[in-house]
Amino acid sequence: MSRVLVIADHDGHQLGSGCSRCVTAAAKLGAAELHVAVFAAAGGAIAAQAAELAGVSKVLVVERAENAHLLAAVLAPQVVKLAAGYDYVIGPANTFGKDLLPRVAALLGVGQVSDLMFVESAHRFRRPTYAGNAIVTIESPPEVKLVATIRTASFAAAGGGGSAPIEAASTDAVLPTHTRFVSINAAKSDRPELQSAKRVVSGGRALANSENFQLIYALADRLGAAVGASRAAVDAGYVPSDMQVGQTGKIIAPELYMAIGISGAIQHLTGIKDARTIVAINKDAEAPIFEVADVGLVGDLFKIVPELTALLSKASG
Amino acid sequence: MKILVGIKRVVDYNVRVRVKPDGSGVALDGVKMSINPFDEIALEEALRIRERNQATEVIVVAVGPEEVQTQLRSALAMGADRAILVKCDQPIEPQGVARALLAVIRQEQIGLAILGKQAIDDDAGQTGQMLAALWERPQVTFASKLELQAEKAQVTREVDSGLETLSIDLPAVITTDLRLNEPRYIKLPDIMKAKKKPLAVTDLAALGVNAMPQFRVVKTEPPVPRARGIMVKDVPELVAELRKRGVVS
Repeated sequence: MSRVLVIADHDGHQLGSGCSRCVTAAAKLGAAELHVAVFAAAGGAIAAQAAELAGVSKVLVVERAENAHLLAAVLAPQVVKLAAGYDYVIGPANTFGKDLLPRVAALLGVGQVSDLMFVESAHRFRRPTYAGNAIVTIESPPEVKLVATIRTASFAAAGGGGSAPIEAASTDAVLPTHTRFVSINAAKSDRPELQSAKRVVSGGRALANSENFQLIYALADRLGAAVGASRAAVDAGYVPSDMQVGQTGKIIAPELYMAIGISGAIQHLTGIKDARTIVAINKDAEAPIFEVADVGLVGDLFKIVPELTALLSKASG
Repeated sequence: MKILVGIKRVVDYNVRVRVKPDGSGVALDGVKMSINPFDEIALEEALRIRERNQATEVIVVAVGPEEVQTQLRSALAMGADRAILVKCDQPIEPQGVARALLAVIRQEQIGLAILGKQAIDDDAGQTGQMLAALWERPQVTFASKLELQAEKAQVTREVDSGLETLSIDLPAVITTDLRLNEPRYIKLPDIMKAKKKPLAVTDLAALGVNAMPQFRVVKTEPPVPRARGIMVKDVPELVAELRKRGVVS
């Protein structure tokens, strides 16, 4: 039976959506002891949320002023100290975990499994390569501590109802001062978070400008959906980069994904493959997006999207 | 200040890769190979820094087999001053690459290392962070804006919640995101000029680097394909289909 340490993602107030997916993955690793570590300046509320996740046996809170912002260079030495005695150290494969865990692995002198998507056995895993076009099965020696980022779209969120004990933890790690937080420019939105949303509506280059993206927002609001975008739409400046879905953006697995005016480059498709239902609306009947779509409609998005929004409004209202 | 840029040879991003039927990997015979796109962005950024006279030399470094010289020559044609190939004919994991790059950094007294945030073949996204850890220096991953000052840098990075800005001391490791810059095209005369630029070849043993892989690749498979979907002819039919599937109310 193994001991698993999950490094929690959070924004200083709320536990991130990646943590509960990691808890599910940890259970598949056969965790007898499943601990969640919260690094923060004040982590009480975040720890309380982690303690409620089903399967968690303990939450460790490491509070230091230096942990106010989750800087990899500052966190990594602390994670390394905390990692003693664990067989696995895992975190979500979002920008937090992707930044931190390779640094942890290198300090531990071990390799890392990135985007772990399936646990075959305690030391045998699958992960995607080539933008999801080649899935590799890899084995790690049992005697080596395993560091991994978890492909969150591949694991369900853990249930609630838990009541794990919360313990304050500290480390004697010496922290560097060579890396300093300056600012975060985060878009405030009332819409659901892209990575955990049940429904996502995405727009592509065919929207032609940022004003036209209002069509996407209106439909998304009608559906209570998050809004995403293709790389082309982000590169063209129609929407900010945090909305990009795909190989180098966000990997998502909503119940409903609507791709509007997105041709479907393989780099985009890898970000949406795990969506339960994919709907594609595109004027080009040959667009590769239709190869993965469950339901496709060929036509002019500028006519279709308003009509769709109106029809959904009428029915629900 | 000298800048090191990591270069990886990968299957060109326009190629639709095929998994070999025997599960031994991805078919590479006759497939177009290129510089990893994120590494091109890294090189472009380094060249711009040099062109602003904030760096004296841009050195491109690759770890891999002899054939990687082709990509290093392309990097020289783009504008790098010289190249180093660390020969390695075996599969190597990111940690091994990071150790090799660190050895070069120490030999060359590098002030800034710029790497791609991930390679589009293994999609591991580890090398830059591992290098920074082993070097005990700052890292800024997913950079979309880089401003160098004396001994310091202010770097903006693309994170899930938006754009985060960090201030770091140099030396440091930066990994590039897509929107840091748009790499320049190589002109024909530059290809000719690049042939005369220095390309040194060394190997892991000469650098004192042990890069034994930790992981064993058991097999490689294509992903499970999605079931073929249906086409609808208009919006009412689309809404009816979505209701039937229970995905909208």
